[in-house]
Amino acid sequence: MANIISDQLIAYTAVLAELELSEEEKKQAGRDMGQMLDYMDQLKELDTSAVEPMYHAFSMEGVFREDVVTNGDGRRDTLANAPFCSENGIIVPRTIGSEGAE
Amino acid sequence: MNLMQLTAAECGRMIQNREISAVELTKAALEAVCAREKTVNSFITVDEIYAVKRAEEIQKLIDNGTLTHPLAGVPMAVKDNICTKGMLTTCGSKMLSDFIPSYTATAAAHLEKAGAILLGKTNMDEFAMGSTTETSYYGAVKNPWKKDCVPGGSSGGSCAAVAAEECLYALGSDTGGSIRQPSSFCGVTGIKPTYGTVSRYGLVAYASSMDQIGPIAKDVTDCAVILETISSYDPMDSTSIKRRDTDFTSALLDDAAGMKIGIPRDYLEEGLDGEVRKAILQAADVLKEKGAVVEEFDLGLTKYAVPAYYIIACAEASSNLARFDGVKYGYRAKSYEGLHDMYRKSRSEGFGEEVKRRILLGSFVLSAGYYDAYYLKALRTRTLLKQEFDRAFARYDVILGPAAPYAAPPAGSSLGDPIQMYLGDIYTISANLVGIPGICLPCGMTEAGLPIGLQLLGDCRKEKNIIRMAYAFEQTRAYRRSPLAVSGTADHK
Repeated sequence: MANIISDQLIAYTAVLAELELSEEEKKQAGRDMGQMLDYMDQLKELDTSAVEPMYHAFSMEGVFREDVVTNGDGRRDTLANAPFCSENGIIVPRTIGSEGAE
Repeated sequence: MNLMQLTAAECGRMIQNREISAVELTKAALEAVCAREKTVNSFITVDEIYAVKRAEEIQKLIDNGTLTHPLAGVPMAVKDNICTKGMLTTCGSKMLSDFIPSYTATAAAHLEKAGAILLGKTNMDEFAMGSTTETSYYGAVKNPWKKDCVPGGSSGGSCAAVAAEECLYALGSDTGGSIRQPSSFCGVTGIKPTYGTVSRYGLVAYASSMDQIGPIAKDVTDCAVILETISSYDPMDSTSIKRRDTDFTSALLDDAAGMKIGIPRDYLEEGLDGEVRKAILQAADVLKEKGAVVEEFDLGLTKYAVPAYYIIACAEASSNLARFDGVKYGYRAKSYEGLHDMYRKSRSEGFGEEVKRRILLGSFVLSAGYYDAYYLKALRTRTLLKQEFDRAFARYDVILGPAAPYAAPPAGSSLGDPIQMYLGDIYTISANLVGIPGICLPCGMTEAGLPIGLQLLGDCRKEKNIIRMAYAFEQTRAYRRSPLAVSGTADHK
């Protein structure tokens, strides 16, 4: 395998991905990613130095509309899907301050 | 008469002629679901009470002449990554096991307006990531032709439901072949439209630059009718395109005269199963006999499509799936310490293995230091692929080939080797990378009794070319029903 993915790199990628991996999952992920990257490295055979990247099937321009509210009050339906909510909002762990904050 | 063996358009016509009622047909569909779900598991949610009530309401509107759409009163199913107001939409994931959308996706809303009867939501690979419909949190789907084989994926539930005759048609989504490949494995017909033709509003995003919703049914006519109904410019989808040529049923012509068809030599070489190869070449001969000019050509760059696709798809997925964090909807971990720990634990416990694998790879290829080498490289490769297809479509109206390198593989044989599984998408993914339409329809059977699918690709906005060629081909063969639909068991002998 040409691409050796270090434990450190997997740990860093997991931080970016907001995933918590067990030791076993980290090892597996390292192996998987190494194999995938080996496979993807075939793209290096292509000379793309003079080629523009294609982000979309068609060249897209920004789509604008008037800043007018068109949807109704969906608060109740929205809150109904929240794992924890009060009458008026979604409850999440403390985001600033000391208690349990990061 | 077994109503479920008819096509959607035939049923619609009989309903308009008052030969059958929407209620009678809906009950027949629900009976089929009841009898076959234990074997096939193509649905995640079935709402019988809603379906019957809806059929009664729709029948009234048909009776008073308000509803005259060819699909009015016909029972159908929707893939579970397409939002349906008030009906559970799980994406095949534990993450969304209790998510009830507050709105309906535009494509499904068009069908609703046409008088479709929604039976329920179909099973799928988790977040549409997979080629076997084995990664669903709600259990694997079985192939109606042979229950120890996979139905393909990720729209395996939609294709199996149509093949098992549990519904008359279904909606699927196709990001890398997820309509066409399971259509091939299940012996049904499916279309992936030109990117932007069908609104993505309400489709839970996997890889936004490639996702498209499309129809799955027994034949080309049904697919054309459904596609005509769901195509629209939608201000709610900023990538939606304005088209005036979406009268796809006008292309249902049994006439291949003068059409130029190219078969990429790359698509017939190593990796392609011999029986599939033979069936594809026979299909090409049929179209030649009908007056098409058929020749082989070199498409080029085919082997680079798979790595480019997986880099781009995973990159977009890692970004799109960042929204599942246990805050606004979906699964939240039971115990955690602080906000970030809640995000991480909710995601780690809520997502399955394949989804996490793709998010990790996507995060990696987008990270500083690797972005240029992988992500941008893949996007540049995509440009080169587009140029190859532009050159091909300068010479040919239609590109003909297989939808998959083989017929449905045995269950449990694919997930262990992801790269091998990804290679199975080699014939379908280019269409998503470059935005072109594709259709898959049955063209033969293997000796083991599994269907083989023919894929026809057209240039952007040229669905009519592939619909016409598919229709012309289809006129030469009868629709073959799956053993599960015929006898109630999926044990092919």
